[in-house]
Amino acid sequence: MSKTKEKPKNNWRAWLYLAPALIILLVFTVWPIINTVRIAFLNSYNGLAERGGATFEFGFYNFEYVVSISGFSRSLGNTLLITVITVPVSTMLALLIAVALNSIKPFRKIFQTIFFLPYVTNAIAIGMVFFAMFHTVTLGSQTLSTGIINSIIQAFGGKPVNWIDAGSSWGHNMAVVCIYIIWNALPFKILVLLGGLQSVNKQYYDAAKVDGASRFRIFWRITVPMLSPMIAYVVITGFIGGFKEYNSVVGILGETMGPAGGDRQLNTMAGCIYDSLNDGFQGYAAAAALILFAIIFAVTMINLYVSKKKVHY
Amino acid sequence: MTEDRNHINAVPGEETQGQAEDKKGMKAKDIKAISKRQTAGKIFVQIGIYAFLTVIALLILFPFYFMLISSVKTTAEYNEMVPTLWPREFRWSTYAAAFTGDLHLGQLFLNTVIVGVVSTLLSLVVTVLSAYAFARLEFRGKNVLFAALLATMMIPGELFTVTNYITVVNWLDWRNTFAALIVPFLVSVFYIYLLRQNFMQIPNELYLAAKVDGTSDIKYLWKVMIPLSAPTLISITILKMMGAWNSYIWPKLVANDLAHRLVTVGLRSGAFQGANGLTDIPAQMAAVVLVTIPLLLVFLFFRKYIMRGVSRSGIKG
Repeated sequence: MSKTKEKPKNNWRAWLYLAPALIILLVFTVWPIINTVRIAFLNSYNGLAERGGATFEFGFYNFEYVVSISGFSRSLGNTLLITVITVPVSTMLALLIAVALNSIKPFRKIFQTIFFLPYVTNAIAIGMVFFAMFHTVTLGSQTLSTGIINSIIQAFGGKPVNWIDAGSSWGHNMAVVCIYIIWNALPFKILVLLGGLQSVNKQYYDAAKVDGASRFRIFWRITVPMLSPMIAYVVITGFIGGFKEYNSVVGILGETMGPAGGDRQLNTMAGCIYDSLNDGFQGYAAAAALILFAIIFAVTMINLYVSKKKVHY
Repeated sequence: MTEDRNHINAVPGEETQGQAEDKKGMKAKDIKAISKRQTAGKIFVQIGIYAFLTVIALLILFPFYFMLISSVKTTAEYNEMVPTLWPREFRWSTYAAAFTGDLHLGQLFLNTVIVGVVSTLLSLVVTVLSAYAFARLEFRGKNVLFAALLATMMIPGELFTVTNYITVVNWLDWRNTFAALIVPFLVSVFYIYLLRQNFMQIPNELYLAAKVDGTSDIKYLWKVMIPLSAPTLISITILKMMGAWNSYIWPKLVANDLAHRLVTVGLRSGAFQGANGLTDIPAQMAAVVLVTIPLLLVFLFFRKYIMRGVSRSGIKG
């Protein structure tokens, strides 16, 4: 801690140093918090109209409207499902990989580098690669290529599936999106969990070995409890990221948020906000953003409450 | 006592079944046999671990491999019923077409580099100044202000986007300008926090010594504090550049003309129209490769800084 006991004459200098940051934060961070709440309660608010001098009535119409449109409940369902599937699966997988990485010496660096690669990619760009992998090329009614994934399925004697093309089912779309999100979410979780593993005191393991504990028992009784703060961290950030999911869906399915010609069957909460913004309905977008914030806040609080009971600090 | 020690020495590995019996009569030969069996078991487990990691590594790498081989295939070869695992014929013209065709990848790269470099430089200046104020200077309300700033980090970005869109488009008339892409994201509370922690680790004695020598604050900041926190500044630079490269939603909302379009937006909205009205997937993959390669190169050169920044932030870009 630094305690430079300086005279108050330095007051103005500190504010001078802070001025650029504070001005920008005031306009683009503090004002949005206030204003988004304000316009969410102004019926059918539109920014351009307000600049032109229009006024809007106070009320709950934006919320009522957003909740009533069918796209919203579906987006909420999609977002919940994506989160509930991808967070546990990617966390378990990352935990296994981190433990495996921690127990080897040769080639560890190479494996670590490979496992980190998905993190330093562009979510939209690699989403397009996943699209191509699952995409069936058809010309008129004739199928040219079923795509690499279907070819692998067929090689093992399975039947090709219409994963993401026109007329594909919601379930198949969801499967592709979840696979992609898990692939994308692994690096960060492995990095954090491996960092945690490396700081666990080796003496616990030595003691367990002396007592003749099995690998499985060591994993559940030592590794998981010792790692619980990191597990809680990746689960909480995973939930937050899951509720804000948008780029992965756009990367794979494009701005249609579903198969071409469909009715946006894979739209997400964040997608709803951007749709309203794109259409010029900023009041609806603000209401949707507040709902999203409320959900994220509630889920994070529940997570923190649970981890307070379960996490060993 | 001696038995116990024997037991410990003989069990460096995991498996202990069959150990308890016959501990007393354990001879050197038996111990040797057991440790041999344990080594065998250990090797077996190690092989399993390596097999597991290799399978995962292949699954991670597969999309990259698919992207690379697809990008150099001819459209006809790509569309074959049974995909080839290695291109029979290499077609490199798609890479050139990404720059000369409708995608205008060169222009997109230029736009993105301008936004990335300018926003990184400005952001570094602003971040250093405020981190310095929070770490070194005393002023009224410092702790309250810092806590308030940290609290804003809990709010999801979507909430800011709504009002910032109105501010930038309806009030500032910044649609299709670089300012719209740079200014709203110039200050990151998280980076100020990161740098402040770094600054505070620098011993106060250095500051006092510099003061005795008559060094000005700015000179002390420039000559001592910035060099000492170079790793953090490099992490911030890389994450900021990657942020410009990967950002999609905001640029698409506020600046979608060719002169200001960023690379990710251009890539997603590219048509990649091929013959027969089919999407030319090899051409699309070539563009994806061109967008992905710079990121991978930066990662390979700055691995340490990226991983350090990421494990502390939990945010992408």
